[in-house]
Amino acid sequence: MADRRVEDLLRELAPQVLGSLLRRGGPFDASEDAVQEALVAASRQWPDEGIPRNPRGWLVTVARRRLTDELRSIEASKRREIDVASRGPADARLVPAPDDEPPEVGDDTLTLLFLCCHPALSAPSQLALTLRAVGGLTTAEIARAFFVPEATMGQRISRAKQRIRETGSRFAMPTGDERRERLAVVLHALYLLFSEGYTTSAGTGLVRADLTIEAIRLTRAVHRALPDEGEVQGLLALMLLNDARRAARTATDGALIPLDEQDRSLWDRGAIDEGVALITDALARTRVGPYQLQASIAAIHAEATSSQDTDWPQIVALYELLSRLAPNPMVTLNHAVAVAMADGPQAGLDLLVSLDADERMATHHRLAAVRAHLFELAGDPSAAREWYRLAARRTTSRPEQRYLEGRAARLTS
Amino acid sequence: MKYLLAIYGNDEVWNAFPPEQLQQIIKETDAHNNSLFASGELVGAYGVADQMQAKKVRLADGATVVTDGPYIEAKEFLGSFYVVDCESLDRAIEIAAEMPAARFTDIEIRPLLHEGTPDL
Repeated sequence: MADRRVEDLLRELAPQVLGSLLRRGGPFDASEDAVQEALVAASRQWPDEGIPRNPRGWLVTVARRRLTDELRSIEASKRREIDVASRGPADARLVPAPDDEPPEVGDDTLTLLFLCCHPALSAPSQLALTLRAVGGLTTAEIARAFFVPEATMGQRISRAKQRIRETGSRFAMPTGDERRERLAVVLHALYLLFSEGYTTSAGTGLVRADLTIEAIRLTRAVHRALPDEGEVQGLLALMLLNDARRAARTATDGALIPLDEQDRSLWDRGAIDEGVALITDALARTRVGPYQLQASIAAIHAEATSSQDTDWPQIVALYELLSRLAPNPMVTLNHAVAVAMADGPQAGLDLLVSLDADERMATHHRLAAVRAHLFELAGDPSAAREWYRLAARRTTSRPEQRYLEGRAARLTS
Repeated sequence: MKYLLAIYGNDEVWNAFPPEQLQQIIKETDAHNNSLFASGELVGAYGVADQMQAKKVRLADGATVVTDGPYIEAKEFLGSFYVVDCESLDRAIEIAAEMPAARFTDIEIRPLLHEGTPDL
């Protein structure tokens, strides 16, 4: 049943099949439902009966048949209300031509991503819809990944599809400035998807790790379609470099292991090499952007053999650049840690003072946690202990809470 | 992010409504519940039975000891609770403020712990 090859193939084909229906003018919500039904049918039949010779054609045919049936039944119920004479023959609009030109694969995936990451949708809706329409995941799988009931996720997805229909968006790539703005939203959604998967540890994490894989797979597809977009390449590099550390981030009991204490032999060298090559190439030939800078920082960490051996001044310089390009309190926080490593803990603590004026950051657990860490480095265990405890009370992440309480306890004994 | 929205009640407040007004509040609450379900933000919503039906359970020397409620001798008691999954605390506050009950009583918002781990 769990035929990995069939599953991979279906996920690859899902956006192409949906693209095929949409290019012929199928309405987004009904087409997406029809594709999902075709995918379910394939995942039941193919493992037993074998993969058809033209799997894409098989799916397109099944999905179109479903769509035509669905639209016919909608037409029929409308016809009961509206005078039939005022409408043209339904079949002329509904039945597609038999030819099915091979699509430009990357373009379909990309166009769909742009549609699913529509700015009119909330971030959770963008992610859910992207996973279903572009990633080919079922509603049940997506619901499990986000720890919500299937009915909740089903509503979220159907509301998102409705919303897209209401915006009147067509299945076409935006152009000019709009394309640039929308690409930023797409990249942000992919980044969030990656974080959703990346930030859950083993145990309950099996499904969530799939989100990471899915985010990398989709980002690869965008990169293939837009090889000259430096930020796409930068994001892909950033994901690979972070994902390379996954095995080293948590202990067998699920406890968090900070970067400076990780067993670096557990880092995935293959992913690091690919990430470093990607970011090096992007920096050499495209205009620099925030994802590229973050990937550059991740690359420096990835190439260092230890925390002491890390090129902290270089990281500080990159954070300074990042603060100018995309100022953000979280960047300041990481910048302060790097400054502390390069110039001593007091320099880092001084930089943190600016965040106290930021209403959101002032009570954020990460500010308290970083402050605790820097006080610990500065040799002030009692201040460190108090800040660790405060940070533990402020976080909503259970593993992080345990970690912070552990740090505080270590300073007590 | 998931949030618990706990609505506390107080007999004095709820018993003071004439039946028609109570019906109206229930209708508005149903409509709001439906809109939360439709937006894909509602994880679950439950009304809590009267505190007369509350039980306290404890294991003492391996034996289960059950005592009857009322659970707490307080004027305010838990009337219902929601779990919502929404984009931000701001949105959770907005959802709470939209609840008809917010006009008569406090709604307590508690972020729920999750297993997500930051990169350290």
